[in-house]
Amino acid sequence: MTQPIQHHLTDALLMAYSAGALPEAFNLTVATHIAMCDECRARLGAFDSVGGALIESGASHAMAPDSMAAALAKAKSAPRARQPTRNRSNVPVPLQDYIGTDLTAVHWRPVGMGVKQAILPTDKGATARLIYIPAGIAVPDHGHRGTELTLVLQGAFFDQTDRFAAGDIEVAGEELDHTPTAEMGADCICLAATDAPLRFRSLIPRLAQPFLRI
Amino acid sequence: MTADRQLENSQWITCIERIRDHSDEDAFAQLFTHFAPRVKAFLMKSGADATLAEECAQDVMATLWQKAHLFDPTRASASTWIFTIARNRRIDALRKSRRPEPEDLTWGPDHDPDQADALALQQETDQLAQAIASLPDKQKALIEAAYYGDLSHSEIAEKTGLPLGTIKSRIRLALDRLRHAMS
Repeated sequence: MTQPIQHHLTDALLMAYSAGALPEAFNLTVATHIAMCDECRARLGAFDSVGGALIESGASHAMAPDSMAAALAKAKSAPRARQPTRNRSNVPVPLQDYIGTDLTAVHWRPVGMGVKQAILPTDKGATARLIYIPAGIAVPDHGHRGTELTLVLQGAFFDQTDRFAAGDIEVAGEELDHTPTAEMGADCICLAATDAPLRFRSLIPRLAQPFLRI
Repeated sequence: MTADRQLENSQWITCIERIRDHSDEDAFAQLFTHFAPRVKAFLMKSGADATLAEECAQDVMATLWQKAHLFDPTRASASTWIFTIARNRRIDALRKSRRPEPEDLTWGPDHDPDQADALALQQETDQLAQAIASLPDKQKALIEAAYYGDLSHSEIAEKTGLPLGTIKSRIRLALDRLRHAMS
């Protein structure tokens, strides 16, 4: 990474990820940011510690009489988990599971103006997609009903709020109408998750919306 | 922090290391006796019935055995690590959903985490537990509801009032050391 990450996850998203309360598309985007950002990995560790404290101080419920032997049998029936191998792809590990090896394996679909996207298979409740924005090009001006997370994987974009470079994540709520524009010089690739359909301000993208599933 | 609690925390770490190094069933029994009933209660509060919670608590303890070599006491206490395993099992079993995770960062065979760092983390964990215990009831109930999976992310407050700064800094330091050792 050429410069430190400037835009991080919110406390609410980290706590929800720690608690296991997020839809899959958000889990994927949060996990991919954490894979790129040790600051948020440490903050997640702090939220996980809250869960540990709740387990430690919480109630107990008696286990069945033979359960320890049963657990030990389960433990020995499978091999030890393998040591994780070093990541050699240009894509963080959580995302690799969804696209195959790396970004060259993505099946892009054009959405106009050279912008391309690929919807990733996740469960209901939220949608995850990769967006490819050619250098200098803007994604149509849109607002949100719910929350939109946009994580930069490559290149950089700017919008009305700030500049976002590789590793940065923008957390946009209902109040934000924005026009993300890729910086000149390099194409920008983002991983985005939304939990409600986007609201485009102009007619053409609105008409196209049902076909693009955005 | 109480000396008892500190002793207990380091005892759990030793047990996990004995499983890692010697497949020590006595160490497993100690961990099981303490943690399995807590994990079972946690899963029942999260919406599992007693039968499912029993089965999943066994799975959680079996996973602890299989992943003992991935535990890093400079970044998590035993109870924190067990919580993360229990949470993942709950998402599989109750929500039947996926929770992608960042890759595990491990020390590998040539390095060991620093004992003093592990001790410092245990102290921070204990202070955090005391801070949670002394929160006003209403605030504590909200945090419990979040961790039992009863709140959606939009219902979780941005300002939790939890004092997480110190423990975060500890974990950050441990991560920096680990990154240095990995490079």
